[in-house]
Amino acid sequence: MNSPNPQNVLVIAEHDEGQLKLTTLAAVACAKQICADTGGSFDILILGESIGPVAEALQDYGAADLLVGDHAALKHPLADKYAQVIAEQAKARGATMLLATASTFSKDILPRVAALLDAGMLGDVTAVAPEGDDFTFHRVMYAGNVIATVTLAGPVKVFTVRAAAFSAPEKAGAGSPIVSVEVGPESLPHQMEFVSREERPAGRPDSTEARIVVSGGRAFKNAEDFEKLVGGLADVLGGAVGSSRALVDSGITPNSLQIGQTGKVVAPELYLGLGISGAIQHLAGIKDAKIVAAVNQDPEAPIFEVADYGLVGDVYQVVPELIQKLKKA
Amino acid sequence: MKILVPLKRVPDPDTKIRLKADGSGIDADGVKFSINPFDAIALEEALQQRDQIGAVEILVVSIGPADCQEQLRAGMAMGADRALLVRHDAELDSLAIAKILEAIYRREQPDLVLMGKQAIDDDSNQAGQMLAALLGIGQATFISKLGLGGGENPSKATCCRETDAGLETIEVTLPAILTADLRLNEPRYVTALGIMKAKKKPLEETTAGELGVDPAPRTRVLKLAAAPGRKAGVRVKTVDELIQKLRDEARVI
Repeated sequence: MNSPNPQNVLVIAEHDEGQLKLTTLAAVACAKQICADTGGSFDILILGESIGPVAEALQDYGAADLLVGDHAALKHPLADKYAQVIAEQAKARGATMLLATASTFSKDILPRVAALLDAGMLGDVTAVAPEGDDFTFHRVMYAGNVIATVTLAGPVKVFTVRAAAFSAPEKAGAGSPIVSVEVGPESLPHQMEFVSREERPAGRPDSTEARIVVSGGRAFKNAEDFEKLVGGLADVLGGAVGSSRALVDSGITPNSLQIGQTGKVVAPELYLGLGISGAIQHLAGIKDAKIVAAVNQDPEAPIFEVADYGLVGDVYQVVPELIQKLKKA
Repeated sequence: MKILVPLKRVPDPDTKIRLKADGSGIDADGVKFSINPFDAIALEEALQQRDQIGAVEILVVSIGPADCQEQLRAGMAMGADRALLVRHDAELDSLAIAKILEAIYRREQPDLVLMGKQAIDDDSNQAGQMLAALLGIGQATFISKLGLGGGENPSKATCCRETDAGLETIEVTLPAILTADLRLNEPRYVTALGIMKAKKKPLEETTAGELGVDPAPRTRVLKLAAAPGRKAGVRVKTVDELIQKLRDEARVI
């Protein structure tokens, strides 16, 4: 029986101004699995400025090398610059697979890398398996309603993986050596320039990384109520905050909170949907939650069809009671 | 100024997708097709920029079977000036689409390509980024606000991008590829007058071969299957019962 050649995998790490995004570990887990299946090895590439802590956080997962491109020109993840450096590294290391965890960072940059390498790409992969002398991939389509089995031809395969589909890997002991990546700023493209980034509310975890996500929908009438009730309950539970598209569209919540087909995909242990009706586009973002609980005034709301626990009620009564009783406990 | 807007023909977002029994594709019987919603947002943005700037030619492009003419006519009914259909009946992937768009770009020399950030059928979110790489030009993905030219920087676009971490503003040198996110605008409705006008606007047809592109896809879909759904659980009657279930049964709080 044929089996694939040993793979040379390159994982692209994601961080937030020097702090590792834990979702990166899903891509590391996937790379480890591929290497275990084929007898290959993997490297992790980290780009940015002052990223020592990111390299440190990734040192014990069994990467052959940690490739670190630490340079002021890479301070912001601009796609033209990042894609060029990543493509150069992929070529220099002879990578046969290039992957990252699906996010707006990787979805912005990796397709650009794929095209530079004349490689095909798959997004939102949930499984990779050797088949004959090649691999098959599972990926989600149609707002998460369809799972496609796909092959990817060519000498380099580029893909992003769903964070929820690969559990964080065990630490492997020995520290991976750090290899510095030369960055020549004069050879980098400069068609894109960073201007600013909105300040984020501090103190709450990101919904893609949190163990508990409390999410609010149309039932909330304004930003103050949303913050007091959804934010308040999230804080009591130590969770992250999310919202439906309806609230973002009406300006009550910022874009970065949106969960769903075109927003974030979350996979917490508990997803608590408050006053969310459950449009299929929203449900696409919470399919991998371990437990879904929902509170909605409308007993016919579609979210009840996917909720492990449903409570019919007005969020303006139920949520204050939840906050009060959970605080006491 | 010339703006190129690719339009993909996709099943209407409100359609419930059914799969063929053998998993070879979706069952298109009785399915209503429309312009990919993100592409409609991209086109609306081009139209609004024209309203502001004045002399802007808007070219819409679709790649696929003859039926894509419907979406091109709809795009011209919204206000695009002319249309180009690249007839192709076999499967394509994002890289092949990007290569075809690259050939069209080189022929048409637009100042800007505005496209949807992803198509709602395959949810790939790649073609725009790949096109920018093939052309060696800048990109701004997932944009929710666009400021074009004017002031001190007539050759630049200022774009507000929706990222996981929040809103980010970047400046990109034109020509560039911009991909539209939901909040960029709300596409206008097509009027009867628009539909009448669209019938008289030019719709050219070509093929990948005529454009000199080999569109052989790298990705091949072997099979589609319905994703396992979640099942409804139990209804609880009180807040106390909900807390008790989450704590003692599910053990998640």
